[in-house]
Amino acid sequence: MEKMDQNVMGIKEGGKKIHFTWNTQIVVLLVLVAMWVFLTLTTENFLTVSNIQNILRQVAIQGINAVGVTLVIITAGIDLSIGSVVALVNVIFAILLVGGTSMWVGILLVLALATALGFVNGFFIYQFRVPPFIATLAMMSIARGAALLISGGRNIFGLPRSIANFASGTFLGIPNLFWFLIIVIVFMEFLLKKTTFGRYVYAVGSNPEAARLSGVNVKLVIIGVYTIAGFLWGLSGILETSRIWMGVPSTGTGYELDAIASAVLGGASLMGAQGSALGAFLGALVMTTIYNGSVLLNINPFWQRIIVGIILVITVSIDQMREKRK
Amino acid sequence: MNKGNILEDAVIMKNITKTFPGVVALNGVSFSVKKGEVRGLVGENGAGKSTLIKILTGAYIPDEGEIEIFGEKFKELNPIISERKGIAAVYQDLMLANHLSVYENIFLGSEFSKFGLINKKEMIKRTEELMKELGYKGLIRPLEKVANLGSAQKGMVAIAKALAKDAKVLIFDEPTAVLAEKERDELFRVISKLKDSGITVIYISHRLEEIFEICDTVTVLKDGEVVGTKEVNETSEDELITMMVGRELKKEIFEEREIGDEILKIENLKSGKVTNCSFSLKRGEIVGLYGLVGSGRTELARALFGAEPIEEGKIYLKGQVIHKLSPKLSIRRKMGLVPEDRREQGLALKLSVKHNINLPIYPHISRVGIVNNKAELKNTLYFIKTLSIKTPTVTQKVEYLSGGNQQKVVLAKWLASGAEIFILDEPTNGIDVGTKEEIYRLINNLASKGNAILFISSYIPELISICDRILVMREGVIAGQVVKENFSEEKILSIALKTKK
Repeated sequence: MEKMDQNVMGIKEGGKKIHFTWNTQIVVLLVLVAMWVFLTLTTENFLTVSNIQNILRQVAIQGINAVGVTLVIITAGIDLSIGSVVALVNVIFAILLVGGTSMWVGILLVLALATALGFVNGFFIYQFRVPPFIATLAMMSIARGAALLISGGRNIFGLPRSIANFASGTFLGIPNLFWFLIIVIVFMEFLLKKTTFGRYVYAVGSNPEAARLSGVNVKLVIIGVYTIAGFLWGLSGILETSRIWMGVPSTGTGYELDAIASAVLGGASLMGAQGSALGAFLGALVMTTIYNGSVLLNINPFWQRIIVGIILVITVSIDQMREKRK
Repeated sequence: MNKGNILEDAVIMKNITKTFPGVVALNGVSFSVKKGEVRGLVGENGAGKSTLIKILTGAYIPDEGEIEIFGEKFKELNPIISERKGIAAVYQDLMLANHLSVYENIFLGSEFSKFGLINKKEMIKRTEELMKELGYKGLIRPLEKVANLGSAQKGMVAIAKALAKDAKVLIFDEPTAVLAEKERDELFRVISKLKDSGITVIYISHRLEEIFEICDTVTVLKDGEVVGTKEVNETSEDELITMMVGRELKKEIFEEREIGDEILKIENLKSGKVTNCSFSLKRGEIVGLYGLVGSGRTELARALFGAEPIEEGKIYLKGQVIHKLSPKLSIRRKMGLVPEDRREQGLALKLSVKHNINLPIYPHISRVGIVNNKAELKNTLYFIKTLSIKTPTVTQKVEYLSGGNQQKVVLAKWLASGAEIFILDEPTNGIDVGTKEEIYRLINNLASKGNAILFISSYIPELISICDRILVMREGVIAGQVVKENFSEEKILSIALKTKK
């Protein structure tokens, strides 16, 4: 075993060699480049520093959500509570700040809350075998209700100026919000690709029984992914608060669908065991580019959602057909 | 069979051959049943009973041969033609929709309707007629939900469903497996009734005493060939068993080994349908575990590994009693389970060869939760080489490997984890001959290195040629043990089949 040759029987390590395969990520990347080229040629404002910063700012929260939900989707699960938890965090964080709580204490409190809500999702899904769709649908309803209840259904104003400044600020020319997305992507890529936990996440997504019989702690994996996801919704909620500079109980509506769409565009399979953080980011970037582009092109904003839907269905269809041909 | 000559043939199957990749399931089988006859069909697991039935119901297309149903000749059937010609298989639970009512089940897919509107009254009326024919008038109400019925009554609904489609040949595949004794008697009463009304019955069962109770004639299959057909009053259980056995592996694969200390001991284990099981495993020993499908051998294997809860009993590992069991703990205790169904339980099919092989050992090849990629790769390459797993790359998804190579990946998991006790549940199932031999060699090798092996199989010849002794299970208990000097297929099979005397 010690004298191992790296090339026994001509078998190479697949990871180091760059195979050109038409995987979903490459298809999406091509779509993205095509859109960028098109927008650069047809609009004056697309390829400008301020517009690119704008895109990066817009993609940040959606990207974090997409990366987080990808983690859940790899275990063949789903999380529908994203938008509602974002709203709840936003409302509570706003109230705390307006009430004079220190920002850091506020951040810790809302992150702890969101993480705990994620844990509750995971707990019911594992312990009581509640289907993920149902468990997180319930959480979606509960968190939204709580956000409305706590805020009395009204927007909360009077947050410190510094909170808004943070969202509009940049560091090394890159918007502050986007830095968080970078950190989340790096963290998730590391978690999924380098750690034991990551290996177990994919294994549980592919075959939970085989994973269990191989000694994988399935409970830890299932509860773990929803808890991590909850933490990320908390982060999104904080960034959202900075971005909109108030507490809005109806904010984040539809975030879960955007996130799931981005994840799937990025190669995640709702059947589990497939997906990556980078893919989810690409997916989110496609969606943001569509929104940004249609504004620049003066397209009726109502068209945006229609376009996103069409692209989603086409991408997944191509993917399924390719899978079948194998 | 003088009287038989004047009876009409219901089904004649001539020279049926069916092959699957690497296996000849049926080899020139000829089989015929007369109208109104109740025919038993017996043979060991894998003898070809199910394949024969599936050809008759049109689920499989034979490679060669001819089928004649009530005088009409077919090269091949399909489920629709088969049904139209009056062939119906009755499976206990599989066929029924539990949430629907009795009459809805009976007419599912063939509803009485006018202009697309369901004629409920007519269907209920017809259901009552059918129940009267079966002797269940008033006992099974047409509007009752199937979920509320007992096993025997569900069986009756399945039979009624077949009769509603005008079935003339009913096939029962192990119908009594889920029935209590009283329910079984009811089923037999209905079968006699069906026979009297001219319906032909093909009855598959492992329980030989049932064959003698209900059938007129019995056909024995072995290795995809018909050994013979007998009238039940002219044969005996012993004769049938003799007809079922007699297979041999071409190669002698047993190797002399040194048997060491006891490593695992089980006392009075109870788990689900497994009761009162006691046995032990020694280092260097290969112990066979034989039992027919449903005898509880898989449940026993899973319980030993901690995959099923244990209700009673004690397990000793190297002399120490162990209290808690779970797959994770078992792996830590150097046990490995190759499950019966590798695709459902053994492998993460959508993941790579590398990922699967290392799955049980990630804690050992990682530090603070971070996987050591080099060790992971090294491991993978090592086992790909030592087991000669045929895969283009280490990142190939396991689902694209052949069955034999998939099984090698499962074995590699437990070799990698350094297991000392191997529980192998049908490790050679669905694997080509060449790979089978490789697996036998590997098992021998593991045993001679001082590991203990529990080898579960439905294929007696392979157990006889590789094991030191063979445990035989029947109906959840270990019904007997045969030591190497006394190995014979007949002996093992009779323990597995015969009722207590």
